[in-house]
Amino acid sequence: MTESLFSITSEPISVEAVMKKVMRPEAGAVAVFAGTVREWTNGKRTLFLQYEAYVSMAEKMLAQIGAEIAEKWPGTKTAITHRIGRLEIGDIAVVIAVSSPHRAEAYEANRYAIERIKQIVPIWKKEQWEDGSAWIGDQLETKAYPSGKPEVNEP
Amino acid sequence: MIRLLFFAHLGEQVGERQVTWPHVPETVGKLKEEVEARYSLSLERVMTAVNEEYAHDDAPLQTGDTVAFIPPVSGG
Repeated sequence: MTESLFSITSEPISVEAVMKKVMRPEAGAVAVFAGTVREWTNGKRTLFLQYEAYVSMAEKMLAQIGAEIAEKWPGTKTAITHRIGRLEIGDIAVVIAVSSPHRAEAYEANRYAIERIKQIVPIWKKEQWEDGSAWIGDQLETKAYPSGKPEVNEP
Repeated sequence: MIRLLFFAHLGEQVGERQVTWPHVPETVGKLKEEVEARYSLSLERVMTAVNEEYAHDDAPLQTGDTVAFIPPVSGG
């Protein structure tokens, strides 16, 4: 597969395809995260989501996150695919795969990647509820980062 | 001339996702003031990217630049 490690797509994401991009003989672990479309948020029912991206810049920012991870956790390899367009309940919106020689780095780096996506990658979701719709800005689950970026326990 | 890109709710408020701006303000901050006045919207919590790089309000602009207005993101 000659596909990029960091991509935005309007097609359904294959978890296995993203995972395969980072598999290599040096790796003893691959941590794979899938973000999916949730039906219920604080008692409110979502019917479907619409994702929009500034595609060219979003792919650059995903690559930047990959570079940050490579610097913080040497020896890891990262691939991220984010889907845009209309997504139904249960659909996969994002897949992050990180491989590393040992599991600890893969887990930590993967967590770092999703937090950074929610900070710097120009992608937006529009919630379609039973009684209306709205573009979501600051997500309820977003934490405040006093230092301006996620706190990560470096190995 | 510069090219402006509006995303998410901004695209809906402006009514267009892409706009050609005939004159080139000195800085990003000045452009934001002009855009806010022209479309009666707030860019207070909106980030700006010039040619796909995040830029501060004091960043200079030149003809041919693409300026994107980026509301708080919600990917993932």
